[in-house]
Formats: sequence, C-alpha cells, structure tokens
Amino acid sequence: MQTFDLEREGLRALNSSLHALKGQTNMTAWEVINPKGAHAIAAGVDAPVDITVRGSTGYYCAGMNKQATIRIKGSAGPGVAENMMSGTVIIDGDASQYAGATGRGGLLVIKGNASSRCGISMKGIDIVVHGNIGHMSAFMAQSGNLVVLGDAGESLGDSLYEARIFVRGKVKSLGADCIEKEMRPEHLALLADLLKRGEADGKARPEEFRRYGSARKLYNFNIDNASSY
Amino acid sequence: MTDLPRTPPRFSATFTPAVNAEIRRAAASGIYDIRGGGTKRHLPHFDDLLFLGASISRYPLEGYREKCATDVWLGTRFAKNPIHLEIPITIAGMSFGALSGPAKEALGRGATAAGTSTTTGDGGMTEEERGHSRTLVYQYLPSRYGMNPDDLRRADAIEVVVGQGAKPGGGGMLLGQKISDRVAQMRNLPKGIDQRSACRHPDWTGPDDLEIKILELREITDWEKPIYVKVGGARPYYDTALAVKAGADVVVVDGMQGGTAATQDVFIEHVGMPILACIPQAVKALQDLGMHRKVQLIVSGGIRSGADVAKALALGADAVAIGTAALIALGDNDPKWEEEYRKLGTTADAYDDWHEGRDPAGITTQDPELYSRFDPILGGRRLKNYLKVMTLEAQTIARACGKSHLHNLEPEDLVSLTIEAAAMAGVPLAGTNWIPGRNGGW
Repeated sequence: MQTFDLEREGLRALNSSLHALKGQTNMTAWEVINPKGAHAIAAGVDAPVDITVRGSTGYYCAGMNKQATIRIKGSAGPGVAENMMSGTVIIDGDASQYAGATGRGGLLVIKGNASSRCGISMKGIDIVVHGNIGHMSAFMAQSGNLVVLGDAGESLGDSLYEARIFVRGKVKSLGADCIEKEMRPEHLALLADLLKRGEADGKARPEEFRRYGSARKLYNFNIDNASSY
Repeated sequence: MTDLPRTPPRFSATFTPAVNAEIRRAAASGIYDIRGGGTKRHLPHFDDLLFLGASISRYPLEGYREKCATDVWLGTRFAKNPIHLEIPITIAGMSFGALSGPAKEALGRGATAAGTSTTTGDGGMTEEERGHSRTLVYQYLPSRYGMNPDDLRRADAIEVVVGQGAKPGGGGMLLGQKISDRVAQMRNLPKGIDQRSACRHPDWTGPDDLEIKILELREITDWEKPIYVKVGGARPYYDTALAVKAGADVVVVDGMQGGTAATQDVFIEHVGMPILACIPQAVKALQDLGMHRKVQLIVSGGIRSGADVAKALALGADAVAIGTAALIALGDNDPKWEEEYRKLGTTADAYDDWHEGRDPAGITTQDPELYSRFDPILGGRRLKNYLKVMTLEAQTIARACGKSHLHNLEPEDLVSLTIEAAAMAGVPLAGTNWIPGRNGGW
C-alpha cells in the first residue's frame, strides 16, 4: 500500500505519481490521507489501480478517470468523476452537484445522496445513487444508465437523449421530453446487474423501480413543439 | 393633369424591402431564420482606422531588407510547454461536423505550412486535423462532445470556450442533416437528430469554479499545456480580468463579426459587440492587472487582411484568429459554384446556409459527394498563401511605422476616421487629438 499524505506532499506530487503509473504496475494499492476537501484529487489517472481517499474531497475528484477504482471514504464535492472514461468511483458519503457529468464510461456509485444535475450530459457512464438525487439530473443525458434508489428532484431527464433512468422512489417532476417507459425483462436484467455492481443489491430489487427515457419528440426542431422547451 | 410630376415610389428606411421580406418569411414559416457566419450589418471596424506611418519624428524600416519579426509566444504564464508560432495569425475553432473532414485537414495543412496553429471546435479531435496540424488547440466546450483525456494530452493547448462572438450566451446547433454516422459516433448521439450544444458548461458556473476547472485541466495534463479562455465580445474588460484571475494563460476575445456554423440570425445580429470595441477593453483589463504580454490576448471577428492584423496588434493584441476568412481562402462562397448557389436560392459571397449541409464548395458539409469535390492539399496551399500574404501585409505596415516586430505596433500609430471608431478603439480622430470619452477617463 502506497500511503500519500496530501497535506504534506501536495496535489501536484500526488497526481504526478499517479500519472506515472502506466499499464501494468505492481503499485496497485494507494491510499490518500488528509485530503481535506482538496480539488482535482486523482484526476486523470489511467491505470488499473485502487485508490482510497480517506476523507472528503473538493471539486473534480477522479475527473476523467480511466481504469482506476477510486474510493472516497467521505463525501465528494462538485463534478466528482466528471467525464469518466472507465473504471469505478465509489463514494461512501454524499456527492455535490454535477456528479458524473459528461461521463463516457465506467461506474460511479454514490452511497449517500447526490445533489442537482447528477449525470448531466452523461455519455455512457453508469451511475448508481443509493439515496436521492437533486433537480435537473440527467439533463441532456445522451447515453448510459442512472439508477436512483431514493427520490428524484424536479425536471428529471430534461431534454434527454438516449440515456436510461431508473428511479425507485418519487419523481418530483419530469423535464421536457422525458417520459415514463415500460420496464421490460431486459431492463430488469440490466438493473439487477447495475444494483449488484453498485453494491446495492441487498437494498433494492429491480421490480421496485420505474424506467424513464426520452419521448424523442424534440429530436428534430418543430415549431409546433416550441412551447415544450 | 397627366403631365404633372408624380411622387416617386419611396421605400421606408425602417421597413426596407429586406425587412419586409423577413416579415413575410416569418409569417409564412413560423420559425426564425437560422444561418451560419457572423454579423452582416455595417459596424465600426478596422476599416475606420488608419496608420500614420513614419515622419520626421518616426523613421521607417526598409521593406525586404530590415527585419520585421512576426513570431509570437502563447501560454508563457503557467504552462511548461508554451506555444511558439511563426506568425500571429491563428485558425479559430471550427468543428468537425460543421466542417467536412477534408476541410479540417486543409486547415491543418495550411496552418502548419504557414507556421501557425489550428483549433478543434465542438465535436472532438479528428485524425485529419491532429495528423496535419503541427500545433493544435483543443477546445473544451460545454457539450464535451468527444472529450477525453488522451486527446487533451495530445493537444498542444487547451481552449476553455465560455462563449463566441457570433452568439455570446448561446450554445451550438448542428442540425440533423449534417449528422452523418461518423459525426453521430463522435458525439455519442443518434444519427440524424438536431444536436444542441449547451450554452453553459455542465460542471462549473462563474469565475471561482472556472479557476478550479482550470486547475483540474492542468493537473490532468501535468501543467504542460497552455490554457486559453475564449469569450464572446460581451463584457471584455470584466471577462478578461476574470479569466486572468481564474488562471488563464491566454485570453481569446471574439467579436460579433466572428462566424458560427449555425444559429439564429437575430442572435448573430443583435447580441455582442464588434471586435473594435472589445480589444481596448481587454487590453486595459490586462494592463490594470499588470498582465499585458504576460497573459497573451488573441482577438478575432472580422479579420480579413494584414492591415486588420496590424491594427489589432497595434491596439494591444498578441495575435489574431481567423475563421470565416480561412474558409473563403479554402474556397467557400467561390463564384465558380455560382450555378449551384443559384439553385440554393442564393449567390456566391452571400451563401450562409451552412447548417443545411449542401455547400457546393464541399467545406461546410458532411455529404461525401460534396466534400469529395474539395481537395485538401490544394485547400491547404491556398490557406498557406493567404496567411503568408496577410503576414507580409502586416509587416509592410509595421516597417512603415518603423517597427522591427509586429508587436511593437502601438495605439500611437493609429488614428480614426470616425468618431465612433475613435471612441471604441481609443485612438484620436484623424487630424485632432480628440479621443471621445477618454479625455477625462473611460
């Protein structure tokens, strides 16, 4: 285990060390202590390593992650795992705004609640939130899956493209062009897998969720739909 | 009675034939006009400024003999690897999607041959452009189409786009007819749908967040790349100051003459300021912060000639960017396609329906039949020639003003032909020492 004291050694030294890990390495276990809300912790990692951050993080922790498994033993600030490409990010606490924004792959697990705009503009990432999510989540979401065990705030899935949203609790309101859709067997199977990988399989069953997706009415501009925007 | 003179037909200056035609078009269609390009209205511009040249108190340099350097460094503030260009004329961001692959290749070829950079645009980095552009600026846009850390690391600089001159406060539009399989795949969206690029970044708002976003981008790229911040010409003094505060290496200010692939005509014509009004404010912000020349300033929007380049630099910019002019150099709106422009209901030099993807010149299209008309090698050569001519023109003016480097041009070399341009540019009205609005402060 490589233990890195962020307060003592600094952000640049941490990320520089993590970026130096290319391809196969036997330095696969890292621990970051004293994060104290610093920004951009473990941003831009591209190696199959495990990184545990012991404490809460600031903005953009695990930004653009590739391959790494990053665990945050605390809460995460805005934009955690933004534009993630692959790998896994697991947050024990809550996540602030824009969690998983524009993520293109990998899995983001938030064991607490997520704030507004969770999964905004997501492009292939899977996000599993054990608690609730805030307003405007999955805004303009393009692809990937957003699973919410709790409730969703206002305007869920506004201007959604092809991303799928699964919510177990209440949805305060749906955004423009977002509708409830039939839950078919393939969706239940997908959900079962996501719950398992999202460390939530003991907490909820796929049958308890509803599925939301795009009505695809706003895909091409039509003046008759102007009042829908 | 019949011999009496009649009142001739008189057109309204308010309800002109063009205005009336737009009212009729709107009434018939129920939708606003969408088009490409920048503003077409008459504006105070570089044409309203003149250089004084040399005189008894200023001696000139000999053309073709005495040195007049043109190079520029960009990104010297924080980046480990700042960019060094041979000429201060860069190619502005234009997306693959808006432009064809061969057109992007031609931009890379021409810019590289002339010793300057190109910029990706919304839609991600293509192999055509990375492969042919020695210095490539990778735009970081609200849509984040195609964004990935590998492309960030193989870029030579990163440009965080907050806005653009054609539509400050507006996002992008790429209509369904231009969404080919390849464009759809790069942007992770279904083929054939209208793609809206967001007007705001999804994971930051405001200058304090921007500072943290820039930190993240620097960390991901190990502080190697210059980071530009591009703004539309809206509040250039404050936007420049805030970009500097947020940690930008380079600020890019785009005036309303700057083009877009597609947006509403009303947006293009009525939002934002002309570049002439933007440059002095941006320069003043840098000077007030003690950062002029330390954070470099690139300006764009309506740059057409070496005279425009020289004037922009004299007002304090470090470099300029061209977009529309580069497309015209490649062959956009060429009269040789007049017959086809007529079929589209337009004419050469007025064609602006770039969003429809039916460009006869094969530049603003994704139609293989149309873009195969365009030869990227020839296009690149034409762009190189044009960039060389602009550089020679700017040098000619600079030598006449006695400057051994284009960056030695200064506002004192300029006068204005109009009161409006004098006030905007902060140079005296020709034949006077009057700078409207300045004597006694801004």
